[in-house]
Amino acid sequence: MPQREGSPWRGLSVVFFRELFDHLTSVRMLVLEFLVVLFGAAVVYFAAEQIRNTTAEDPFLFLRLFAPPGQSLLSFVLVISILVPIMAIGLGFDAVNGEYNRRTMSRILSQPIYRDALLFGKFLAGLTTLTICLVTLWLLVIGFGLLRLGIPPGAEEIGRLLIFLLVTIAYAGVWLALSLLLSVVFRSTATAALVALGLWLFLSLLWPALAQMLGEVISPSDIRFAQLGLPTPDTLAWQQGLSRLSPGTLYGEAVVAMLNPDAQSMTTLLAQFQGRIGSPLPLDQSIIQAWPQMVSLIAGMILLYVVGYVAFQRQEVRA
Amino acid sequence: MTDNVVEAQALTKRYGRATAVNGISFTVGRGEIFGLLGPNGAGKTTTILMMLGLTDVTSGTVRVLGRDPVREPLQVKRMVGYLPDTVGFYDYMTAEDNLRYTAALIGIPARERDKRIGSALERVGLQDVGRKHVGAFSRGMRQRLGLAEILMKDVSVAILDEPTSGLDPHATSELLEMIRSLKRDGVAVLLSSHLLERVQSVCDRVALFHSGKIALLGTVSELAREVLGGGYNVEVEADGEGLALRFSEIAGVKAVDQSGPSRYRLLADRDVRPQAAAAVVNAGGALRRLSVEEPSLDAIYNHYFQTHGGQNAAA
Repeated sequence: MPQREGSPWRGLSVVFFRELFDHLTSVRMLVLEFLVVLFGAAVVYFAAEQIRNTTAEDPFLFLRLFAPPGQSLLSFVLVISILVPIMAIGLGFDAVNGEYNRRTMSRILSQPIYRDALLFGKFLAGLTTLTICLVTLWLLVIGFGLLRLGIPPGAEEIGRLLIFLLVTIAYAGVWLALSLLLSVVFRSTATAALVALGLWLFLSLLWPALAQMLGEVISPSDIRFAQLGLPTPDTLAWQQGLSRLSPGTLYGEAVVAMLNPDAQSMTTLLAQFQGRIGSPLPLDQSIIQAWPQMVSLIAGMILLYVVGYVAFQRQEVRA
Repeated sequence: MTDNVVEAQALTKRYGRATAVNGISFTVGRGEIFGLLGPNGAGKTTTILMMLGLTDVTSGTVRVLGRDPVREPLQVKRMVGYLPDTVGFYDYMTAEDNLRYTAALIGIPARERDKRIGSALERVGLQDVGRKHVGAFSRGMRQRLGLAEILMKDVSVAILDEPTSGLDPHATSELLEMIRSLKRDGVAVLLSSHLLERVQSVCDRVALFHSGKIALLGTVSELAREVLGGGYNVEVEADGEGLALRFSEIAGVKAVDQSGPSRYRLLADRDVRPQAAAAVVNAGGALRRLSVEEPSLDAIYNHYFQTHGGQNAAA
């Protein structure tokens, strides 16, 4: 069969800029952004106050702004990990089915462009919108930190924060790709939004607990480890593997590795066995530690997009 | 080579086990208005989607301007304008902005865009509302805006799916006039409708669809001759001796029916008004009324399926 003619990217920039303009001027975006700034500001303010009150020496003072030490209930990272999926879902849930409902789809697709350009343009525009929001927020927090704490962040801190930003964008991309996929699969925008929010609730609230249970079922704990007060390695491996199906878990682990250089939370046990505890990890080691999570997030985003792409290509264009 | 802009050969589309379009063949010539007519669900829209390459062809071939819409979709879509059934626009954008977006997708150079949008809007009579949001537009205005998009695109084939559905009679006749003006520009127009009566006046040729097949194809008068065996109903109101006999001797008259004391109804295969008038005058009668009823597609369609309905249902 001969190859199809023309470039699949024809019209991509047109779609991209129009969608981007739409997103940036939409009321929906305004509300979401307001929400994030409000929550973020409150949380960062409290973190800053906490930092100002502790005089103990800390080489990563700036990182504490994003992820306060100890089990702080409200950290900036937590707010981001909750609100970013909502923003991404808000931007993507009506991307494709909205065009059908407005009956603009067949008119647009009868222009000399491929469906590739339409879908990819929408995805890129959504991702760019999220990136703009996140970068703005990131700069705001750093600026606030500079003013409030009065000390500049070190080079390593900036490096860690940059990677944190990139990981957050990838995390947003996963949810955007998921909501785009749902907007292809469901013709009703309300259904797509509900399913997306349902999945988000399930994956972020229910799945971590469920993964613990399933891990126990698949590979029951060994009594010998339990008597020592230690988790069984096999069980732990299963539980961790399963819980990492949730993008929230992957994101959380990557962020902890980047922003809490001395926590080593995910491999604390291993570290204890290996006797490396105490001094914080250098940046490159933190990156290595978070690398699988980062790659998984990006791979998940691509995978979800591809599934949506295939579904969209096979879809019947009636409206 | 040929002057045909659209050629379909044994075109078939199946969805699973259901056959939406079943081996249809037709051609559309340059600058012709071709009607795809028939009830809803007869396969008209599916045929249109296959011509645009928006849905795959199960078997058979279709060529638009000599190109295969499945293999060369961009080339085809560049030269074909499409007005979908109940066309939609981005409601929160102005009419001009909507057209600007499509113009950019088509690839019209930026410096030409506003000029072409302006003249297209003027031709469909929307120049005064170009800066208004489409959300406030009536259905007729939306259809006209869709037509403006086709005009702006400067195409050689325009495919209009149910362009008149849901329009009031005034808006319908305005739209049909715009379709005629497309033809004057040399654009071949394919137009689908389930309202046979409304569009028969603009169509040069029609294809009558029935459950995925083209039942009848040709000009309206050809079909009338073929199906009704005549088609022209000439009504004469006149006094005179032996008029019925004289009318029946006119060439082309198939039957004469006296419906009142001085009323006659002539069934003919052409317009026989001059001959009928002459006949009355020659008989020394007084001619009071003379009118002709063009053969109606509805009558043709109904008659055809009354006579062929049985075997179609069996098939």
